[in-house]
Amino acid sequence: MSVRVLLPNAFQKHTNNIREIASTAANLPALVTEIEGRFPALRPHLRGEDGQVRRFINFYVNEEDIRFLGNDKYSFQDGDEVLVIPSIAGGCC
Amino acid sequence: MTTAYELRCRECGKSYGLQPLSICDECFSPLEIAFDLEYARTRFTREAISNGPLNMWRYRALLPVADDYVPQTPAGFTPLVEAPRLAARIGARNLYIKNDAVCMPTLSFKDRVVAVALANAQAFGFDTVGCSSTGNLANAVAAQAARLGLKTFILVPADLEPAKILNTQVYGATLVRVDGNYDHVNRLCSQIAERYNWGFVNVNLRPYYAEGSKTVGYEIAEQLGWRLPDNVVVPMAGGSLITKIRKGFNELIALGLVDDKPVKFFGAQATGCSPIAKAVKNSTDAIEPQRPNTIARSLAIGNPADGTYAVRAIRATGGWAEDVSDVEIVSAIQELAETEGIFTETAGGVTTAVTARLYAHGRIKPDELTVTCITGNGLKTTDVLRGVYEHGRAIRPRLTDFENFIEEHSSLSQELTLAGR
Repeated sequence: MSVRVLLPNAFQKHTNNIREIASTAANLPALVTEIEGRFPALRPHLRGEDGQVRRFINFYVNEEDIRFLGNDKYSFQDGDEVLVIPSIAGGCC
Repeated sequence: MTTAYELRCRECGKSYGLQPLSICDECFSPLEIAFDLEYARTRFTREAISNGPLNMWRYRALLPVADDYVPQTPAGFTPLVEAPRLAARIGARNLYIKNDAVCMPTLSFKDRVVAVALANAQAFGFDTVGCSSTGNLANAVAAQAARLGLKTFILVPADLEPAKILNTQVYGATLVRVDGNYDHVNRLCSQIAERYNWGFVNVNLRPYYAEGSKTVGYEIAEQLGWRLPDNVVVPMAGGSLITKIRKGFNELIALGLVDDKPVKFFGAQATGCSPIAKAVKNSTDAIEPQRPNTIARSLAIGNPADGTYAVRAIRATGGWAEDVSDVEIVSAIQELAETEGIFTETAGGVTTAVTARLYAHGRIKPDELTVTCITGNGLKTTDVLRGVYEHGRAIRPRLTDFENFIEEHSSLSQELTLAGR
């Protein structure tokens, strides 16, 4: 089981410019731990002082916000594409 | 600060100078423009403003453009009108409408933000600009990019109102309809902006773009005779406008252009997409994303970028947020048109209906000076009124026919009056 994880530009200075990884993590908490293990420099930026993943960071699975899929409880499926987007921009009024 | 303004992280405060960037690479939070108010103090005065043009560029000393920038689009400076007839209907006595339904050139407040964004797109050397949009922004980018000779890619949800699609294509913009809702479109734009060297007005140019919203606040204060209202009612989609009106008021206070006084900020959403109103009602900063389902498509953003900041602005000022149903939205569009002669789109229906409820629930007192912000024009969302009005039978060009028409019409009115008793 493997998922494709796409990392945003804002992460790159902490990931040696790596933009994409393959992961075998079963769910979101495991994926975050794996990303931190691979890129130790990213860890202090990824989590706030409370140890939680910063709230501006969004995770999407295929085309859906992972929060609509059960968030931490969602089990990744083989071939899932996980998109990490910090601080979603856009918006109108 | 070595320049009049710079990019700065809203959370950790890291400075980024001036570049097309919207995300902090330290804490991944949004970036915002911070102004050197001391530098502005001698330039942003009532006198300098009154000598400026009759558009939003009269406030340019607090907009992120270079000193030698020559404005190309005279957006803004829309009417602030008293609304006594609407006020009487909803139990208000001191109600004003800020009418951006007639903002030039494309009839929504988005003309303000785009004017600032495209000035910066040119300054950064982009020859192609784009946006994700629920419609009004698409219109504004398409029109103003045409005027500046920029190439345009505009991404919208596929089911957008036909008028908003036509009002984008007519300017020669490349329109990309995306099979999904605004949040899907928006996420795609974040990816595109990282891949292509384009200026996306609400992605990598967003900090500049958002500053344009402050001009709504400056205008309200100036048009009230350089004073602040007691309350402002603002529609919320991404949640940016409400925070920027507040920022504008605070800058006016800091520079001494208005007296400091408390202003309550009230947010308006459609029940079918109300993540910010829900957070306010649940007393939390945390925004739970929603899947939008409302006719108010220009407000249909389920994951609002500035939602947390909007909640904070509302809570910090003692305001509140409400949400209204689609039926109430349509009724409010009609009520505003019938009482004040202002035809607004669905977002304005949301704001008007929420304003009425805030009075009904006693959250706004009748005598308080209240400004409700109408941000878009009803001609763009006429589909929501389809079938509401009958064209009626045509009469022959004869006076007798007209007299018969009057008779039928008055007896019909009488019957309705009797039936209503």
